[in-house]
Amino acid sequence: MSTAELIGTDPGWISLVKGFLIFIVCVLATLMSVWGERRIVARMQQRVGPNRVGPFGLIQALADGVKLALKEDLIPKAADRIVFVMAPIISATTCFMSFAVIPLSGKVTLFGHKTVMQLTDIPVGVLYVLAITSIGVYGIVLAGWSSGSTYPLLGGLRSSAQVISYEVAMGLSLVAVFIYSGSMSTADIVAAQDKWWFCVTLFPSFVIYAISMVGETNRAPFDLAEAEGELVGGFHTEYSSLKFALFFLAEYVNIMAVSALATTLFLGGYHALPGLGFTESWLGGWFTVLWFLVKVIFFFFVFVWLRGTLPRLRYDQFMKFGWKVLIPVSLLWIMVVATLRVLSQQGASRSAVIGFTFGVALLVLAGSSLMESAKNRRAREDALGEVSIPSFPVPAMPSKSYEIRMEELND
Amino acid sequence: MNPYVPILVIGAIGFGFGAFSLIAAALTGPKRYNRAKAEAYECGIQPSPQAAGGGRFPVKYFLTAMLFIVFDIEIVFLYPWAVTFDKLGLFGLVEMFIFISTVFVAYAYVWRRGGLEWD
Repeated sequence: MSTAELIGTDPGWISLVKGFLIFIVCVLATLMSVWGERRIVARMQQRVGPNRVGPFGLIQALADGVKLALKEDLIPKAADRIVFVMAPIISATTCFMSFAVIPLSGKVTLFGHKTVMQLTDIPVGVLYVLAITSIGVYGIVLAGWSSGSTYPLLGGLRSSAQVISYEVAMGLSLVAVFIYSGSMSTADIVAAQDKWWFCVTLFPSFVIYAISMVGETNRAPFDLAEAEGELVGGFHTEYSSLKFALFFLAEYVNIMAVSALATTLFLGGYHALPGLGFTESWLGGWFTVLWFLVKVIFFFFVFVWLRGTLPRLRYDQFMKFGWKVLIPVSLLWIMVVATLRVLSQQGASRSAVIGFTFGVALLVLAGSSLMESAKNRRAREDALGEVSIPSFPVPAMPSKSYEIRMEELND
Repeated sequence: MNPYVPILVIGAIGFGFGAFSLIAAALTGPKRYNRAKAEAYECGIQPSPQAAGGGRFPVKYFLTAMLFIVFDIEIVFLYPWAVTFDKLGLFGLVEMFIFISTVFVAYAYVWRRGGLEWD
């Protein structure tokens, strides 16, 4: 029986139980990951991190949440009240909804009912996740707009421009996965990876997805929407109390969601690491949940690692990277994958396949070296060329000969 | 059961959680009115009477959204093609080459005209 049919036999109450389980796991994972992130970043910066509230500071995030609940819930005078209240709810709702199609485990028994830990399996699963993350952008842009204040407006616009730019690269990186699995259903994609994970066979897609998922969730080094030095808190500057907590929750659940999608599409989902397949039947199948969590936590650690390592990008560089590098590279990669697939289907000889791969690699090398030399030439011309005269008045500069004489004197 | 119904279940749970939090925040938090608190936040200085540009924003963002739509529609065409790729064979590959090069012409034009520059 396929996963879709198995889920189809779920009675309504099992769906409800699964829904609540997913919700609880998401909230708990948020609390733990906030704590985990602060501890790991602290370690990377030679600090201790939160260690006072509970054993190892474990319930620090919960204590912060309670503190936020006891704070005054402000709505600024200039705000559009209805939209201002709706925005955090949109963010919180959509972040949970993207988990609906993620397969969290293999076949398990839940209250005497044979099923899989996946709320539903629809034929357009991955497309659904992309659609839901797009709706999540509304939460951000409406929060920024409705605050009636300068910084949130700028932060919200930046953030939405960033999310939609990287969504294109993300969407393109998934095409190769669909070509190889022949389906958009998440369960089928996991099933298609039982021999080789797609992160091995489709490595460039995996890299593009991994980069764009960081841009998609507004995380460092792409956290320009919350650049503290420029925009205070970004789109949620005016939010306080539990409304702010909802945005915070949504950010972390979104990180979990993109990590879970990456696990499903590229790291074999809930399957065990290669060579440990025998563990999948332990605990009546529930052990697979653990494998899934391990992979998601790995991605989360990478998120924290990036935050601890890399400085924030400048906004124009960031947009340039998305539009001028990620998109053409993924388009090229799609065509290469498709051609290789057709070649192997038509029974082309091994030498033809190798020849084609070699040719593409050569073309890419030639193209990149051409780009590099053009860039170098431009840089040299810029260095040599006269500085253009600005249209506004400037004080007289000391002449070149004067500087040279000064240098001689200094020597 | 219709496979799309459970989506509503988790949507309802998420929405219920959000609504519950907002109501709870209104009940648990203190309410001490102060005119300064209701002002827009501008790092302590007197807030400007309106948001930057009077609520208008640079056209760059609109341009980005337009470009996004172009590419998103391309993606929408690519997905069904990718799913049925094995059945289409060589025909599908050639068709998609033609389609992608058409979009690529537009992309090269936008790049050349500076539509992808941020400044």
